Formats: sequence, C-alpha cells, structure tokens
Amino acid sequence: MKFGVVVFPGSNCDADMINALSKDLGYEVIELWHKDKDLGMFSTEDCIVLPGGFSYGDYLRCGAIARFSPMMQSVISFAGKGGKVLGVCNGFQILCEAGLLPGVLLRNENMKFICRNIFLKGDDGIVSKIPVAHGEGRFYADNATLDELENNGQVIYRYCDENGNITPEANPNGSLRNIAGISNAAGNVFGMMPHPERACNERLGNTDGKKIFHDLFVARKTELV
Amino acid sequence: MIYAVHINVMPLKELLDPQGKAVMSGLSNLGLKGVEDVRIGKHITLQVEAASKEEARKIAEEASQKLLANQVMEYFEITVN
Repeated sequence: MKFGVVVFPGSNCDADMINALSKDLGYEVIELWHKDKDLGMFSTEDCIVLPGGFSYGDYLRCGAIARFSPMMQSVISFAGKGGKVLGVCNGFQILCEAGLLPGVLLRNENMKFICRNIFLKGDDGIVSKIPVAHGEGRFYADNATLDELENNGQVIYRYCDENGNITPEANPNGSLRNIAGISNAAGNVFGMMPHPERACNERLGNTDGKKIFHDLFVARKTELV
Repeated sequence: MIYAVHINVMPLKELLDPQGKAVMSGLSNLGLKGVEDVRIGKHITLQVEAASKEEARKIAEEASQKLLANQVMEYFEITVN
C-alpha cells in the first residue's frame, strides 16, 4: 500500500504527513500537486491524503475552493472507484465541501482556535491522545444525517475524556454528538479533525497517531475482507 | 445587458453563530442597549451579463447553490438590479 499526499496552496501539514507516513510508518509516499490530475500510479488499495492547513486561504469557506482544483476532480473519481481517501483537519473540511463526506465543519463553539492534545475514542473503544489545531472543527449535520451515520457505524472517532467517557466537557469545539471523525457509507473515505501525523514519533512525545493509521488502513482492511 | 446581483449568505437560523455572539458581547461592552441578537454572514455582489433579469437570477442561483453558499449551514437571498 502506498500513499499520495496532495499539496494545495496554503496546505501546511503536508510535510508532517509525508514525514510520518514515510519515516515513522515506513510507507511509500508520493507528493501530489493540486494542479496535476494524474493518479495513474495508484490502485484502489492505495490512499490519497488531503493534509491540514488553510487551502486557498480558507476564502469563502474552509475547503470550498480546494474542491475545484484539478487534483480534487481526480480524487473524487478515485474515491468513486473505491480508492481510499483520508482528510485530516482542512482535508476533512475539503471532503465535506466536495460531497465525499456528509455534514460540515463550523466555527468552534467557544470562538477560539484550539491547539492542544485531546482524547479520542475509536469504535473499538480504545482511547488515544491526539493533537487538534483548528478554528472551524464543530461537526454539524442535520439529525437525520447524524442518525444515519451512527446506524451505519460511520462515526469512527469521538471526543472523550482521558478515561474514555464521551462527555460535553471533553468536546473541544461543540461538535454534535462529540463527533471527531467519520467515514462515508462505503467505508473508503475518512475525515477527522485531530492530527494523527503529529503523534507518530517518540521524539514528539506521543505515538498514539500510529494506532490511528493502523485503525484506518490495517484493522479496517481486515474487517472489510 | 449587465445586471448587478446582490447575494446575502447567512448562517441557518437554528445554528449557533459564534462570530455574531462575539460581536454581540462587544456591543454590550460599548454600553449600547436594545441589541438583542447579532448574526454575521456575507454580502456578495456579481456583475452578470444576461439577456434578462430572470436569466441573471438563474445564473446567480446556480452560483449560490453550487459554490457561494453551503446549504448544510447557510441560506442565501438574491436581489437583481
């Protein structure tokens, strides 16, 4: 399995993502430019990653302009063929704007840009400590969509406290139902606000991010088969 | 004919608008009385070349639906002059 990391004007977590995937996790990684559109070197076993940052300066709305870039047209058809796509932070916002994931990320409830470690609970019940860094991370969708996400098992991560309790106090940004990450119905497109790529190396004092990548690309694959 | 199109994009009424809330507290600090709610959106103007006012509105509607507003969180109102 190899990864492609898309660089948009204003991406600023692309280097961290490439570094974590290639050096900390040992995957082959290809850097992709937003103006290109060739994904011919990837099979549906591979994954295209949309990294964090402020693509196109967050003009109009976070992720709204990036979705029209030539590379995104290829990413949308890649996802349509069952290829894996992961969006982190701004990447999650782009996936929602592109219609690859439902819902939207709104301005944080407390009006602040939040940059700190939070706790996440996966659908396996395991708690991970992962950093967040965003001003617009409040996941919102109408109740029918939220119910559908829950009933289909598409809520992959929720904000929780250190002991795994999903409480309003553990929710940093006011996301509905403490949602931190979701997948599409088909299970090949993932979006999350927290940054696992910032927690994959002992030198950074936290390697919980490795577990997140393992969840998404190793554990899930076995489940699907 | 060129039409001047004005589009207001506003957060949906049922959604919390933290920006409006922050400005609301600023207004209170000014000592202004009587302001009960503030909501903040965008005002977008377009110059549209079209055969008729209706056609200009249609173009603006498509622009709003497909890009200028995200209807999961916003609604829009169009005025054509």
